[in-house]
Amino acid sequence: MANNKKMKKTTRSNLLMFGFVIVFWAVIQVVSLTGHMTSKLNGLLIPVCAYIIMAISLNLVVGFLGELSLGHAAFMSAGAFAGIFFYTTVGATLPKAAALVISFILGGAAAGLFGILVGVPVLRLSGDYLAIVTLASGEILKNVLSALYIGKDSTGIHFSLKDQFSLGLKPDGKMLIKGAMGIPGIQKFSNFTVGVILILITLAFIVNLKNSRAGRAITAIRDDEIAARATGLNLTHYKLLAFVSAAVFAGIAGVLYALNYSTLVADKFDYNLSINVLVMVVLGGMGNIFGGMIAAILLTILPEMLRGFSQYRMFIYSIVLIVMMLFNQAPALVAWRQRLVSKVKGEDRKAEEKVETADASYFEEMKSKSNEKTGNEESVKEEK
Amino acid sequence: MQFLTYLVRGISLGSVYALIALGYTMVYGIAKMLNFAHGDVIMVGGYVVFFAFCKNGFNPWISVLIAMGACMLLGITIERVAYKPLRGTPSLAVLITAIGVSYFLQNGAMLLWKSDPKSFSSIVGINGLNLFGGKLQISAETIVTIITSIVIMIVLMWFVKKTKPGHAMQAVSEDRGAAQLMGINVNGIISLTFAIGSALAAIAGALLLSSYPTLMPTTGAMPGIKAFTAAVFGGIGSIPGAFLGGILLGIIENLSKAYISTQLSDAIVFLVLIVILLVRPTGLLGKKTTVKV
Amino acid sequence: MKKVLSIVLTGALAASFVMSASAAEVIKIGGIGPTTGPAGIYGSSVQNAMEIAVEEVNALDGDIQFELMFEDDTHDAETSVNAYNTLKDKGMQILGGTVTTVPCLAVGAEAVADNMLCLTPSASSQDVIDLGDNMFQVCFTDPNQGLASADYISQQGLGTKIGVIYNSADPYSTGILNTFLAEAEVVGLEVLEPQAFTDDNSTDLTTQVQACKDAGADLIFLPIYYTPASQILKAADDMDYDVKFFGVDGMDGILSVEGFDTSLAEGVMLLTPFVATSTDEATVAFVEKYKEKTGGQIPNQFAADGYDVVMTLYKACTEAGVTADMAPSDVCEALKAVLTSGDFSVDGLTGEGMTWDASGAVSKAPRGMVIENGEYQPMD
Repeated sequence: MANNKKMKKTTRSNLLMFGFVIVFWAVIQVVSLTGHMTSKLNGLLIPVCAYIIMAISLNLVVGFLGELSLGHAAFMSAGAFAGIFFYTTVGATLPKAAALVISFILGGAAAGLFGILVGVPVLRLSGDYLAIVTLASGEILKNVLSALYIGKDSTGIHFSLKDQFSLGLKPDGKMLIKGAMGIPGIQKFSNFTVGVILILITLAFIVNLKNSRAGRAITAIRDDEIAARATGLNLTHYKLLAFVSAAVFAGIAGVLYALNYSTLVADKFDYNLSINVLVMVVLGGMGNIFGGMIAAILLTILPEMLRGFSQYRMFIYSIVLIVMMLFNQAPALVAWRQRLVSKVKGEDRKAEEKVETADASYFEEMKSKSNEKTGNEESVKEEK
Repeated sequence: MQFLTYLVRGISLGSVYALIALGYTMVYGIAKMLNFAHGDVIMVGGYVVFFAFCKNGFNPWISVLIAMGACMLLGITIERVAYKPLRGTPSLAVLITAIGVSYFLQNGAMLLWKSDPKSFSSIVGINGLNLFGGKLQISAETIVTIITSIVIMIVLMWFVKKTKPGHAMQAVSEDRGAAQLMGINVNGIISLTFAIGSALAAIAGALLLSSYPTLMPTTGAMPGIKAFTAAVFGGIGSIPGAFLGGILLGIIENLSKAYISTQLSDAIVFLVLIVILLVRPTGLLGKKTTVKV
Repeated sequence: MKKVLSIVLTGALAASFVMSASAAEVIKIGGIGPTTGPAGIYGSSVQNAMEIAVEEVNALDGDIQFELMFEDDTHDAETSVNAYNTLKDKGMQILGGTVTTVPCLAVGAEAVADNMLCLTPSASSQDVIDLGDNMFQVCFTDPNQGLASADYISQQGLGTKIGVIYNSADPYSTGILNTFLAEAEVVGLEVLEPQAFTDDNSTDLTTQVQACKDAGADLIFLPIYYTPASQILKAADDMDYDVKFFGVDGMDGILSVEGFDTSLAEGVMLLTPFVATSTDEATVAFVEKYKEKTGGQIPNQFAADGYDVVMTLYKACTEAGVTADMAPSDVCEALKAVLTSGDFSVDGLTGEGMTWDASGAVSKAPRGMVIENGEYQPMD
C-alpha cells in the first residue's frame, strides 16, 4: 500500500517536471509567435537553460551523493572550451548541425574526463576537504586556461603558457586561444528549443539514474556510508558514477552557454559561478530537482529584475538571497509557514511530519556519516 | 641570498594568511560552519582603521581597538540575524546564507565608501631589519604580523584549553546537545566565538593592508579564500594548523612566483594543496576521526 | 503551497519582461559598464562623466536632446549582454559602451547584428573595432599604446634594461604587452623576462618587483591600471630600489588615489591622453563639475573618455542630422558616414582634433607626461 503510494508520488512529480519544461517551452513559443518577445527575455533564455542543467547536474552530487562540490563551474569551463575550440576550428568546415552535435558530445566528454581526473583521487576525501579540493581544481583549471595561448600558422600549431609573443607566430598566423581573452569571434548559435531538448535529456538521465539500482546505491551511500559498504556496495564506483555524470552534463551546459556569446573567457567560470549554482541547488532544496530548476530560473532573472534599483541592485540581491534562505530553511519560519498552510487546509498531519528537522549539521554528518536524518523534506518524504 | 629574500617575502604573505586563517578555523571549530563572510569582515575592519588612522590621525592602537569593537558588533549581529535562525538545519543552508552576507557586506561597502581604491598607510611605526649589510631586508610589517599571529595563536590555544569559556567552547564543539544539557549557554558561546573571530578579522585587516596597501570593497575576498584554503591545509579546526597552513601557503605562493611562473602561481598552490590532502586527508595537523557505527 | 507560490512568483517575474517599447522624443543613448564589483570604479567613472556631458548637451537647448540610460554589467560578458538587451527594450538608439573589453566583445557582436552604432569609451582591444564597421573607440587601441611606448622609450633613451610587470589576466594589459615586445625587438630595446600577475594573486606584488631588481632593470614598463601600479611603487620604495617607471593611460589616476603617498610616484612617466590637473578651460570645468557631482572625487581617464563619447556623439548627431524618431540602424548609417567622412574632428578632453578612420580606431596624439612635485608635467 505504502509502496504503491510512493510509486504514484514519484511518477507524478517526475511528470510534473517534464510537463513544466514543456509548458515553459510552449509559453515562450507563444510569446515569441505573437510578437511579445522582448530582447531581454530572449537573451536570458539560453543562460537560463544552461543554469537549469547545471543545477540539475550539481544536485546529483550535492543532493543525491551528499558531497559538497565548490567546483562545478570548472566542468562547465572544460566542456565549453573543448566544445568551442572544436566548433571554431574543425567545426567551421563541417555542416552546422554536425558541428554542433560533435561540439556538444566533445564538451560533455572533455568535462567527463576532467571529472574522472579530479574525481578518482578526490572522492577518497570527504566533507570540507572534498569541498576545498573541488574548489582548488576549479581554480587550477581557470588559472591554466587564462594563461593558455594557442596559435596556428603555416608551420603548424604553436602553444604557450606564457604570452602571445612567445608563440613566435608568423604574420599569416591566426590565434585560436588568446589567454585571458579566451576564444573570441565565436559564430553565435542560440536556439531555445535545443536548450530545452538538452534539459529534457538531462532530466531523463537523472530521473532514470535515481530510480535505478545505481541511484539507490548512491542515496544509500549518502544516508549511511558504513552500512552501504557493509552491504557490499562498491563505493568508489558509485561515487565516481554520480560525480562524472554530473560533470558530463555540466560540460554540455558549458557548450550551450558558450555558444550563446561571441566570446568565451575562463575567468567567467570561477568559484563565484560554482557557488551561484550551489545556491540554486540549496535554495531549491537539496535532492529536489524541480526546486533546483525553479531556483535556477529565479536566480538568473532576479538580478535583471532589479535593474530598476541601479546602484542598489546587487545590494538588494544579497538581501533577497538571505531572506529567501531564511524563509525557506529556518526551522521557526518553516513551522510558522506550515501552521499557516494547515490552518488554510485544515490538516495538521503534514505539518507535524515536516517540522521535524535534523539537528546534526551537514558537515558533521559529512564527517561522521551518522545515522541522523538530515537533508530536506522532499528527499526524506520520497524515501519513506 | 636571493632565495632567502623570496622566502622572507613568502613568510610575510603567509603570516597574513595565517592571521586570517586563525579566525576562520576558530569559528569553524566551534560553530561548525564555514563563514564565507569572514574575508569581508576583514575588509570592513580595514575601512574602519583607514578612516580612524589614515584619515583622522588616531593613534594606531586606538584605531585597531575601534575596528575590533566595530567588527565584533558586526560579527555578533551577522550571527544573530543571518546564522542563528538556521541553527539545526543542514549547515549547507548556513553556508549559502554566509555567501549572501558576503555579498551584502561587499555591496554595502561599495554604497557606503564607493568603489574607488584607497591606499592604506602602514600602522606599523617602527623600522624594519637590514641583515647581511642590507642584502636581506625584513620589513617591520612582516615582523609585527608574524609576532602578532604567533601571540594570537598561543593566546587562543590557552583560552580554549585553560579558561572556563574555553572549556565551554570545546564542549559545544564536541557535542552541542550534550553541552546544552550540561547547562552551557550554547547561543552565548557561539556569539562569543563570532565576537572573537571578528575581532581577529579587524587585526588581520589592519595588518594585511599595512603590508599590501590597496583597500577596496572586494579587498577581503581573495585573501579570504586563500586563508580558508590555508586553514584546510593545516587541518581545519586546529589552531596551530591554521598558523602553519597560512605560513606554508604564503611560502609556496611566493616561491612558485619567483622560480616557476608568476601567472600560474595559484595553480601551483592549489595543486600542492590537493597533493598534501591526498597524502594526509585531514590536513597537516587535523584530527583523524575514526568513523564508528 | 510552496511549490505553487514559487511557480506563480517565477511566472510573474517572467511576465514583467514582456512589454512593448514606447515612442521617443529624445535621442536615447545607452551606456554599459561595471558599476559594482571589483571593476566598479571604471564603470561608475564613465557613468558620472556621461551624465555630466548629457546635462551639458541638453542645457544647450539645441535640436539635439539626449537621454542617457546606463546599466551595470559587473564586468561580466553575460550580464553585459543582458544589459544591452534591456537597453534595446528601452529604445536605445546609440550605444556609448561598453567600458571594459571582454564584455564589449560580447555586446559588440550583438551590436553588429543589430547595426547599432557603438562608440566605446575605454574598451581598447583591437578585437573590439575588428568586430564590424559600426564599432568605434574613443580610447587608444592597445597595440598603438605598446608601439608608442616602445618607440618613446627607445627614442628618449630612457632605459637600457627594461623590466615589465603586467596583468596576464587582463586583455588590456596583455594587448599592450604583446605589441610592446614586438616593437622593442624592432627598435632594439633590451627587455627582460616579463613578470606577470593575475587578479587572484595580486595581493602581493613584491616578488615581481624583486625579480626586476635582481635582474638589474633600470626602467620598469607598467602596462597596467593604477591600482596595482600604486602597490608596485610602494614595494619598490620599501626595498630601496631606485628605478624609473613608465606607464600607459591606465596609470592616470594614481595621484588621486585616496591616501596614496604621491611622493612615491615622483618621476613616473606615462603616456596618457588626459590629465586632470591640466589648466585648459574644458578640463578645469569638467573636473569642477565632476568633483561636485561625486563629492570630491577627481576624474580619471575613464571619466574623460566617457565625457568625450557623449560630446563626439553630440557633434556627429548634429552634423548627420539625426533625429529622435530614427531607427537605431538608420542612426548608425548616418553617424558612420559622418565619423569616417575625413573632415569630422572633435576637440575633446582626451585629445585635440580627434578623427576616426573606417576601422573605428581614433587618431589622436598621446602626451608624454612625467610626475614632478605631485603633478603631471609634459615630458618634452
